[in-house]
Amino acid sequence: MGQKKIDIEQVRQVAKLARLALSDAEIVQFAVQLSAILEYVEKLNQLDTSKVEPLAHCLPINNCLRTDEIKQSLGTEKTLANAPQKDEQFFLVPKILEEPGGL
Amino acid sequence: MTNIDYKVIVGLEIHVQLATRTKMFCGCELIFAAEPNSRVCPVCLGLPGALPVMNKQAVEFAILTALSLNCKVAEFTKWDRKSYYYPDLPKNYQISQYDLPIGSTGFIEIPLPDGKVKKIRIRRVHLEEDAGKNIHSEGNFSQVDLNRAGTPLLEIVTEPDINSAEEVRLLAIELQRIVRFLGVSEADMQKGHMRFEPNVNLHIKKDNNEYKTPITEIKNLNSFKALEKSVAFEAQRQLAEFLDSGKVMQSGNKKTLGWDDIREVTVLQREKEEAHDYRYFPDPDLVPVVVNKKWLVEIKTKLCELPLTMQNRFVSEYGLSDYDAGVLTADKAAAEFFDNTVKAGGDAKRICNLVTQTGLKIANEKNCKVSQLGISPQKLAELAKMVEAGQISATASVTIFEKMTQSESAPQQIAESLNLLQKSDEGELEKIVDEVIAANPQAVEDAKSGDKKSKKANGFLMGQVMQKTKGTANPQVVAKILSSKLNKGI
Ligand SMILES: [Zn+2]
Repeated sequence: MGQKKIDIEQVRQVAKLARLALSDAEIVQFAVQLSAILEYVEKLNQLDTSKVEPLAHCLPINNCLRTDEIKQSLGTEKTLANAPQKDEQFFLVPKILEEPGGL
Repeated sequence: MTNIDYKVIVGLEIHVQLATRTKMFCGCELIFAAEPNSRVCPVCLGLPGALPVMNKQAVEFAILTALSLNCKVAEFTKWDRKSYYYPDLPKNYQISQYDLPIGSTGFIEIPLPDGKVKKIRIRRVHLEEDAGKNIHSEGNFSQVDLNRAGTPLLEIVTEPDINSAEEVRLLAIELQRIVRFLGVSEADMQKGHMRFEPNVNLHIKKDNNEYKTPITEIKNLNSFKALEKSVAFEAQRQLAEFLDSGKVMQSGNKKTLGWDDIREVTVLQREKEEAHDYRYFPDPDLVPVVVNKKWLVEIKTKLCELPLTMQNRFVSEYGLSDYDAGVLTADKAAAEFFDNTVKAGGDAKRICNLVTQTGLKIANEKNCKVSQLGISPQKLAELAKMVEAGQISATASVTIFEKMTQSESAPQQIAESLNLLQKSDEGELEKIVDEVIAANPQAVEDAKSGDKKSKKANGFLMGQVMQKTKGTANPQVVAKILSSKLNKGI
């Protein structure tokens, strides 16, 4: 294969999406390591999986459902107990300037 | 001269909050305006080691909605993680459905003002969880309330089959009616139970060439008014932009806009440097959902007659106007109450008036459903029949209706006790008419004259009879007697 599976730019991008602050040295290091991992996993491509259904879950069970019944929540005080920053009722985060892109 | 013609193309994404008692994957209570961060647990907080478990009711509500939107229901579906960072998303991913939505390829029918029905294709219906709420207050911080985090949402995506701002609004209203009829959502706009994201562009024909303008997506609209106005604005803006710059759709030039409710304009949202990469993958914490025949049959028993079908039936079967049928079917309780009353006997149009003009007004004042006023369909049918039979006037029926909400008594008893029964006995009324005629020779003269004065004189004589009977005479009977006497020339 020769060519790296993941280049430096991709590592930078993935780190950014995961909010990881990596040093330049780490980025190079991870590019090498992640490429090696992907190369290893790529061995699976040697198998003919054309007749194998994609696996949605590793457990052979489904429909774990619960009835719509109210359970005790933590309450505001406990919920906020471990928050790095909070006021009486809310988590506090650095001021958000942008609207969400999600949903 | 350039020859220009264009068509508005809109696809709509709708988020509907389901009316479960608890969240999608945990037992935290869903309650509006609770103390911030009070309805939160390790699951919806995303604490390590917490395991989400599906709410069966939410899954069934989703399937029910998919069925009513004529969708194929997936026999096998699963949950996927949609990863992104935002302060209101405690797990840093949203549990959603990516490639196997619970419903797909359906359609919704919307009534148009010209009486026609338009079919809009539904691309997919899937379940997901809502995020929390960020509150942008003064100062250097934003506040985060996670009570809403984990609320079950149904995302419904239409194909781009909508061709005007009005159609977008009509679709939203029809969908609201459907989910309310099914009981799967309160669909209360004030509480943010329905949120819309239209994708808008234009197909323009200019000098025999066709152009498509760049698609824009308008985010987070939460009222019918904002939805309609923003799409109308966007269509005009895109047309002006095209005429000005000739810009056409290309891959990557889709834009995300917000709606400024005060200035009534769309505004460009700051765009991220890179395209979103949500890195969807199956959620290992949740096992798949298999919808077998037996379960599906069970869910199907909860389907009800849908609002548009009912509206059309009220028109064709009961002879109501489309408008009246629309008013009644805007609310399931009113529609069913009306339907049951008509089935209990009585004229449909009369019952419709009683329900829409009096019933809905009282229900509104009491902040309840018209079916909760303590009046059974049977009793209301009796009331309607009394009006039909001329036993009481239409005006008296309103008074009696009001009294019926406070009393167990039958309308007949109430009419008697309030002295509202009309005299329809022709012999008795004839005597009174004779007295009035004898006492008012000039008016009789005028009435018989046939010129302008006659109508007024006629009204005067009617009034005299009503006065003598303290308003209890049946005006139709009086009018009949009076006119026959005047025509005979006495
Ligand atoms: Zn919870």
